[in-house]
Amino acid sequence: MSTVTTHVTKTRRNTELVLLAFAIGIVLLAYANVGMAVQDTVPADLGTLGIGIGVLALVFHLVLRWRAAYADPLLLPIATLLNGLGLVMIHRIDLAKGEDISEGFALRQLEWSALASIAAMVLLVLIKDHRLLSRYTFTLGLTGLGLLLLPLLPVIGKNVNGSRIWIGFGGFNLQPGEIAKITLTIFFAAYLVQTRDALSLVGRRVLGFPLPRARDLGPIMIAWLASLGVLVFQKDLGSSLLFFGLFVAMLYVATERRAWIAIGLTLFAVGTVVAWKLFAHLQERVTLWLDPFAPGQSDQIAKGLMGMAAGGMFGTGLGQGRPEETYYANSDFIMTSFGEELGLIGVMALLVLYALIVERGLRTGIGARDGFGKLLATGLAFSLALQVFVVVGGVTRVIPLTGLTTPFMSAGGSSLLANWVIVALLLRISDQARRPDVQESGNASIGQDETQVVKVR
Amino acid sequence: MNAPIRRIGIVVAAMFCALLMSSTLIQFVQAKDLRERPGNRRTLLASYSKERGSILVGGNAVAVSKEADDTFKWQRTYPQAKMYAPVTGYYSFTYGAGRGIEGSYDDLLSGSSDSLFYRRLVDVVTGRPPAGATLELTVDPAVQKAAWDALGNQRGAVVALDPKTGAILAMVSKPSYDPNLLADHDLPKVSKAWSTLSTDQDHPLTNRAINGNLYPPGSTFKLITAAAALESGQYTPASELDAPAELDLPQTSVTLPNITGKECGPGGKDNLKHALKISCNTAFGSLGMALGQDKLRSQARKFGYGQSVTVPMRVTPSIFPATLNEPQLAQSAIGQFDVRATPMQVAMVSAAIANGGKEMTPYLVKNVRDSDLDVIDSTDPQEFAKPISGQTASQLNDMMQAVVDGGSGRKAKIPGMKVAGKTGTAQTAKGKAADVWFTGFAPADNPRVAVAVVVEDGGTMADEASGGIVAAPIAKKVMEAVVSR
Repeated sequence: MSTVTTHVTKTRRNTELVLLAFAIGIVLLAYANVGMAVQDTVPADLGTLGIGIGVLALVFHLVLRWRAAYADPLLLPIATLLNGLGLVMIHRIDLAKGEDISEGFALRQLEWSALASIAAMVLLVLIKDHRLLSRYTFTLGLTGLGLLLLPLLPVIGKNVNGSRIWIGFGGFNLQPGEIAKITLTIFFAAYLVQTRDALSLVGRRVLGFPLPRARDLGPIMIAWLASLGVLVFQKDLGSSLLFFGLFVAMLYVATERRAWIAIGLTLFAVGTVVAWKLFAHLQERVTLWLDPFAPGQSDQIAKGLMGMAAGGMFGTGLGQGRPEETYYANSDFIMTSFGEELGLIGVMALLVLYALIVERGLRTGIGARDGFGKLLATGLAFSLALQVFVVVGGVTRVIPLTGLTTPFMSAGGSSLLANWVIVALLLRISDQARRPDVQESGNASIGQDETQVVKVR
Repeated sequence: MNAPIRRIGIVVAAMFCALLMSSTLIQFVQAKDLRERPGNRRTLLASYSKERGSILVGGNAVAVSKEADDTFKWQRTYPQAKMYAPVTGYYSFTYGAGRGIEGSYDDLLSGSSDSLFYRRLVDVVTGRPPAGATLELTVDPAVQKAAWDALGNQRGAVVALDPKTGAILAMVSKPSYDPNLLADHDLPKVSKAWSTLSTDQDHPLTNRAINGNLYPPGSTFKLITAAAALESGQYTPASELDAPAELDLPQTSVTLPNITGKECGPGGKDNLKHALKISCNTAFGSLGMALGQDKLRSQARKFGYGQSVTVPMRVTPSIFPATLNEPQLAQSAIGQFDVRATPMQVAMVSAAIANGGKEMTPYLVKNVRDSDLDVIDSTDPQEFAKPISGQTASQLNDMMQAVVDGGSGRKAKIPGMKVAGKTGTAQTAKGKAADVWFTGFAPADNPRVAVAVVVEDGGTMADEASGGIVAAPIAKKVMEAVVSR
């Protein structure tokens, strides 16, 4: 582990405040724009909504000043902007379906946004040091596994659109996998920090390529089997891909051994080929990917593509396209809705916003001073990147469509909650990474001690 | 651990680059192809949300888009629905722009035509919402209404032309349909209306004036036979023809009889002019055999048989059979056997005779106007063909006047005016009432209108019907509507 070379002294909280005002301004402008385009009037609740969001964001900002003064200044504004634009688009699609604010998804999403950001604040207040989390490694790991398996249970488990990834009780639906994603990332980080030395030992070489010892293959096999389990029993290709990709990436970062990537990719290839041979619904996905216009199959990708094409370079303008023509226009396909109404430039701007969040997360990982923090920040950032890639790549035909929510923008509470928790954790780690710490500076960290004891089990 | 995190950063950058490239591919490179893909509902809906141009007749719209309070934004309406349906066609979300002007000039009406490029450019600069071109038709509303009313509840068609220009003054087909039913935005209702209309035994969607199953022209074809005879130089209106009560047809035991069952003139002889006047079958049967099938076919072709015309709707080419034996030739010379014609073709023959032998191309659109009603384009009358000489035309004109004056077409007479015409009563099948015809023009000395009327299965007169009784009065009313001004 290298030492932190940057000496940040500024908190950058004022920068954050300005950016936050910008973000809210853009969201309100977009909201007014939709109202003007669809109903010919500036929405009557623009002021109320503006004050509501403003107050919420301001409180979050103050919480950061109080509890994480050195946190990364870009994370909150970007998350606010993405969340807000998602809300506007969901509202706009409600309007297209003839549902006003009380009937559609938008109000629910607004409530969830408030709830999720409050949860993030509470988390920031409660957890003063992210290393606290590593105390609960196995609790969190088991919770993650439990949450992942929850939809398979009878009664509360639900089949939605062919995937069994939902649970529901009393009209209240959740995707526990979204929360599991976080607890498992924490678990991976804590576990890998403890075992990374053993996992980086070289066993035999095959064709000059150093492979890990066979006995260390256990964890990756378990992760692989668990991912396959998700794929087979929940028919959720997206989550499966996300968990396994995340695990392999974190394993690589922890051990610095490329062999793990090679092993991971091989296992992934074997798993997908076998699954593809065995399961008809995967074969359908692949055919649909290769030719979305072939007759006699789902036209969901085709409709999304036509939506994006209708937008062209500059888009039709908010409220002036027909995103409601696409299925799942406010969740998995929300990116095509933006593509239609904001055009290629809008899509690019959104992708850059995602890339920025991921970049800030990775930078936090680089800046973090403890191995757990590094792994956790990298894992969280990479999981966001992977999720954006899988869902946007699915609708733009980079990879077969698999069905994941679009972070911060998709309609759905569990996804919002999970993503705001990720933001809270990244803020927490970045605060420590950027804080000029008098007591610890100058101390060599344990990882660099050349005489350290290597645990070999 | 920092080096691998940086490498993860490179992987992330690559992933985002892939997304940027794929969206560029879709929204920039392939965008046009995707937009123009058949079945792209967005493109369809977009064409709906633009104001479609109107179709005007005599200054009033017969097809107009009105603002609608639904996803389609504009509702196409047809104020005089059935009367103009064969002319306008329909504009339906489900079934597209079909038939009539709507179908033929969809690109102009929708504003996507290349000829409107300059206009669109101006619209972009001035920020005006784009709109389609408005089409002004040649149809005269009074003539159209006269034809529509005169045909009554009978199945058939009426075409009226300005013989000097080819402008279509009236185009009526019955039974007709209400295009509003197909333009409705209640799509299930539309598909129900469509299935009712398209399975109707009477084929209301068919424009009988230019398409349909075609009719045997019957005795109206005698005009072409007479024209061929006069053009050959071997005949004059006074030439004597064999005109017995029954014409023996060679190679068979069948005879070609006169309807009256009598000889057309003393001694079984008749002259050409009188034979046309009383529509003598045996005289024209023998004349056809004497001329030979090549002369007859060539004359028919010069008038437009077998040729494709668009008005802008495509007119089904009329048919003169390719090979004939002698009895078939005799039958064909009086417009029976396999000779088939559209009312449009029959009207064109009359119009050519009326216009001194110069046949004009029929057309329906007078002016194309932009949304400010400035004329962008107007149709110049064009000569279609010169099937007969001026002399032949004036001889035929004279002979046709005799038909109306005291022959089979007396019921087309307009007081104080010379009218030329020819009746037809075409057998279609044994035991079935004849399709009856009248074609002619008025005033004969300075023609302003040429008409063709066909009534299927004798109309309300059924077996008692003949062209002179059923079709001639209709033609008279149509011609009156023109000449009374």
